[in-house]
Amino acid sequence: MSFARKHAWVIGLALLLVALLVVTRVIQPSFGAQGLESLARAALPFAFATAGMAIVVIVGGIDLSVASMMAVCAVTAAVLMERMAGVPALFIVLLVGAVMGAINGALIVLTKVPDIVVTLAMLFVWEGAALLILSTPGGATADWLEASIRGFFVFSWLPKAFLIITVVTLLIWAPLGRTQLGLSIYAVGSDERAAFRSGVSVGATKVAAYGLCGLFCAFGGLSLAALTGIGEPVPGPYLLASVAAVVLGGVVLGGGKGGLLGPIIAVVILRLIRTILTLLAVDPNVTTIVEGVIMVGVVMLGTALTLRRSR
Amino acid sequence: MSVATDPPLQRLGRFLTDNPMIPLIAFLLLLVVALEVMRPGIVTPFRAGRDGILSTFWIGNLIKFAIPLAMLAACQVLTMLTAGIDLSAGIIATCAAFLCATLAGSIGTAPAVLVALACGVTTGLVNGFGVGIVRVHPLIMTLGTGLIATGCLQVYQRLVINAGTEIPTFLTWLGTGRTLGMPNGLYVFIPFAIFIIWLMRATGFGRLLFALGSNENAARLSGVRAWQVYLALYALSGLIAALAGLLYLGMIRQTSLSLANPLLLPSVAAAVIGGTSIFGGRGSYAGAIIGALILRVLDTMLTLLQMPEGARIALFGLIILAVTALYARLTGAR
Repeated sequence: MSFARKHAWVIGLALLLVALLVVTRVIQPSFGAQGLESLARAALPFAFATAGMAIVVIVGGIDLSVASMMAVCAVTAAVLMERMAGVPALFIVLLVGAVMGAINGALIVLTKVPDIVVTLAMLFVWEGAALLILSTPGGATADWLEASIRGFFVFSWLPKAFLIITVVTLLIWAPLGRTQLGLSIYAVGSDERAAFRSGVSVGATKVAAYGLCGLFCAFGGLSLAALTGIGEPVPGPYLLASVAAVVLGGVVLGGGKGGLLGPIIAVVILRLIRTILTLLAVDPNVTTIVEGVIMVGVVMLGTALTLRRSR
Repeated sequence: MSVATDPPLQRLGRFLTDNPMIPLIAFLLLLVVALEVMRPGIVTPFRAGRDGILSTFWIGNLIKFAIPLAMLAACQVLTMLTAGIDLSAGIIATCAAFLCATLAGSIGTAPAVLVALACGVTTGLVNGFGVGIVRVHPLIMTLGTGLIATGCLQVYQRLVINAGTEIPTFLTWLGTGRTLGMPNGLYVFIPFAIFIIWLMRATGFGRLLFALGSNENAARLSGVRAWQVYLALYALSGLIAALAGLLYLGMIRQTSLSLANPLLLPSVAAAVIGGTSIFGGRGSYAGAIIGALILRVLDTMLTLLQMPEGARIALFGLIILAVTALYARLTGAR
């Protein structure tokens, strides 16, 4: 019972996802493994951006520069993979992402300027950096990178892209929950002062959380490069989408509550809704409206529910 | 602790806290001087062998392009006073401009302008409903309405794709014409700025904004009907954004689906550079106007340096960060 109550939001989201999958199947009886595969591939960069954003929101901040960091990682990957072996390039890109995130965090801690302002400024910095690395879309990615997200793994119904999201998130997030850092992130997010007085190193925790966000953005950038086969220096629409998915996924803005599972389910739901509307032959512009309404509507509902419970 | 024993830096900091406008104006002048050093004659024509001590052309241009930014910054300052933010302002401005340009030909200028302003107020009211009554975080609420407005604009654009656009001559006159050497927009902006400053400093509404931003619970317990204030605040913010969009339309003389969107993040930056706290309760519109001017001078400077575009954007971000960090350090405020 307590498990159900604790994870009510995530369970609700999962049920919604299943319901939507059924709806998709009803609308388009031929929607099967192939549809699932392309859905997972399209959701890949969104899922990583959302996972990164979720961590900084849990620590009580926000990172407006996720899309720019992803662009930097995508162009770095495309430029490096054209010139050197793919595997070292992959690790360099991941390092670049984590360093960028850590720089964001360090600036927030050192300057004491609000995180929203620092990351707003860094949005421009990283966007500029991406343009300096590659002024026009170009470069090339290793063939195996594209192959790694395309198709299925072992079973004919399990898209590789889903597997990658799950494995990467589990590898980074699951061990964290058992360490001091994981606890510190939630502690700082729910009450910075109390965390400080309990001996948590607030600054280091924030830098680590932003660094993790950068790492996820590096995965996001890599998947962008893998999807397109080239590096695109202009940031995509990932900021808005990731904030929306984080909030939909039950992470409270202000920090301290939520996890990564909810936001990632929310990403898939948002993508699936887009697929359903496309299958229904709805004007893609109307799809934008529907997405906005869903985002606002769900957040309103969620806020109203939590307010009622706390009264 | 006597004043005399304080280290000079701390005294300077305290002085600047009391007079936050001084370092901002000093910084603006410093930037203008730096610009003049980089390109002699741009600000003071006599050094380039022409007439005049100050170039009214240059100053006019600077002011002209700072006005829409400063108006959008008003949206941010007002909402930030209550610890909010209006991220739909850029899209509202774009929608207002697009509506006005497409409708002016068929229903006349005045009704088109009214429709555009009504669109701003309506979006603002939706924001206000979400923030004030349902209690959604302003960041999320305004992002969401911005998303919805973008979608509506795209759908609307496909309906009127053959209708053609017409930019009212009045707006063109306002945006590009000059009177007494200064852009016409300035004569609209000055009363507007005075109104905003009066609203913030001398009216009950302004005091309610500061009260809600400083301590919302205390304000509620003192009998403030918060939801009414939020509703009025976001509607006002939408109206200002729509006005800024109309002015910008006259200036650019082109319609596009993302006309004023690039101004959104700089407008937040202008408000923050101007000393407005994103956590509410502290802010000044005069500061935001100086902030908008600073951003515009910086823009000119970085363009003159003929750097690659990437370096220019990156430097722009770094300077915003440096200015806000320095300001926070000097005045000791967040």
